[in-house]
Amino acid sequence: MPHRPKSTLFAAVLIIAALALVVPQSINQYYLFILYDIGINIILAVSLNLINGYTGQFSLGHAGFMAVGGYTSAYITTVLGPKLLLLLGGAGTASSSLLFLGSLLAGGFTAALAGLLVGLPSLRLRGDYLAIVTLGFGEIIRVVIQSMDAVGGQRGFSVAQTYTNLFWTFSMAALTIYTIVALVRSSYGRGFIAVHDDEIAAEAMGINTTQYKVTAFVTGAFFAGLAGGLYAHSKGFLTPGGFDFMKSIEIVVMVILGGMGNTLGVILAAILLTILPEALRSFEKYRMILYSLMLVILMITRPQGLFAWNWKWRRRASPATSNKKGSP
Amino acid sequence: MLEFLQQLINGLALGSIYALIALGYTMVYGVLRFINFAHSDVFMVGAFCGYYASKVGSRFLASGTVTAAIVVFLMSMVVCALLGILIERLAYRPLRERSKLTVLITAIGVSLLMEFTGQLVFGADPKSFRLLPSKNLQIFGGLVFNTNQVVVLGVTVLLLVVLQMIVLKTKMGTAMRAVSYNHRAAALMGINIDVVISFTFGLGSALAAAAGILYAISYPSIDPLMGVMPGLKAFVAAVLGGVGSIPGAAIGGVLIGIIETLVSGYVSSTYRDAIAFGVLILILLFKPTGLLGQPTVEKV
Repeated sequence: MPHRPKSTLFAAVLIIAALALVVPQSINQYYLFILYDIGINIILAVSLNLINGYTGQFSLGHAGFMAVGGYTSAYITTVLGPKLLLLLGGAGTASSSLLFLGSLLAGGFTAALAGLLVGLPSLRLRGDYLAIVTLGFGEIIRVVIQSMDAVGGQRGFSVAQTYTNLFWTFSMAALTIYTIVALVRSSYGRGFIAVHDDEIAAEAMGINTTQYKVTAFVTGAFFAGLAGGLYAHSKGFLTPGGFDFMKSIEIVVMVILGGMGNTLGVILAAILLTILPEALRSFEKYRMILYSLMLVILMITRPQGLFAWNWKWRRRASPATSNKKGSP
Repeated sequence: MLEFLQQLINGLALGSIYALIALGYTMVYGVLRFINFAHSDVFMVGAFCGYYASKVGSRFLASGTVTAAIVVFLMSMVVCALLGILIERLAYRPLRERSKLTVLITAIGVSLLMEFTGQLVFGADPKSFRLLPSKNLQIFGGLVFNTNQVVVLGVTVLLLVVLQMIVLKTKMGTAMRAVSYNHRAAALMGINIDVVISFTFGLGSALAAAAGILYAISYPSIDPLMGVMPGLKAFVAAVLGGVGSIPGAAIGGVLIGIIETLVSGYVSSTYRDAIAFGVLILILLFKPTGLLGQPTVEKV
């Protein structure tokens, strides 16, 4: 088993997705929505992990990509949806599923395009600068959405049909995990880790670091866009304020808590950080204080994340968030 | 034309606040080579210190007088200098030899911690305070100068001169320049790096505190998240001027302030927050070293 991690991982999540077809009838609505959030957060955290963890870049604008995907797919199903449904042959389950899938993919691709836009300046930037530029892009995306009247601007945008269900959420999560794990473990994917470990050395070895960085951004953004689409069709209402800097930080915290470049850890962290705030409703006031304190303490005492076990199969492909490069 | 000049004056006042914050970013970057995200929140704490100091001070001194204002400024600057030193000591010093990413994440963590603790301690509701009575002065037949703007410009120029004296004329300033030039060589020359870094944090934080009070008297209210946007814009200003360069930070701050005022005056105020990021992306694409920065070579 330990030799085939990606297939076991994929199988495990596929089983969850299959179960998802059976479970919804018998479950409380509140828990159902928490399950949606878990799936969406897994997609967000795992995709950010490709950029921040494996490739060693630092993006603070993941919520921006999510917003692009969410708004695009919500616009497609809500405004263009009725016409498209007619084209697809009436409002049956099959055609509405097709519409939803199409809108999710469209959202993903639009977000990927935004990722390309962010990735291009990242060719020249690293570390702190990149963080600020991605933060800036996230804010710019938010301001642009705020001033777009077609999607409701500041007032928000209501989504006509809440198509999201457990099947879509978890099959998309499975797709995300599978794609990213397979990508990083492929021989092509070693390049991401090389860029993370030492950009100059990687370049000297003939790795096209620019291409890898842009690929990481585009792939990460695509899945964030998917997650945005699922989010839009689970909440049924979008506001630009829902995709602010704090949302990006929440995703970053998941990645760091799970361990940068440790997909399994990041998945666990995403689940934990979705359930915890629900369980600790009465501590809502202290939630962000706790998150920020956790960031600082983790960085000082355990930069490899909470869930860093020394599993054999993990050691091969995941970059430890080590402290090789001492800052001058 | 008159309106343009008026916008320019407003931009200059706003820009000098950005300049004061940008100096802290640039000085810390100079000695430690990282962006102190928490700086924008020291600015916020500075404003709140001013708020509480003026409340307490009004019992002992007649409020609205110049003496009271100076006392408020000094108290807030001292408190924030200590806060800056404390942050460096607790959060950044243990990470001195770690990777840049680790330090960056810690800095973001410290920043968020201060914002949300601030919401808990100071309360999330906006507060306001007045330091000196404000009055509009008319000059050149139509241009309006608010007395607060005069205070802002005056204090900024004064602090810039003092800072320049410290950096160029004192022993500590020389040590700061040596450390930012070359860490190791400075240590070999017998400079106590830790003391210099603490001093830099203190100095930068004191300037941020002054900026916080200036911001509080020019704008209607202060709240625990007030630092986020000015902090980011000041950071952009530091990059525009060339990170690490003190005159650069001052020039960058003023430029960003003017650009922002002109854009919100002539284009749309919706974009006033986005414009700084647009500027940042353009500089980083076309002149990453900024206006006055030195190009650095990365060695293997």
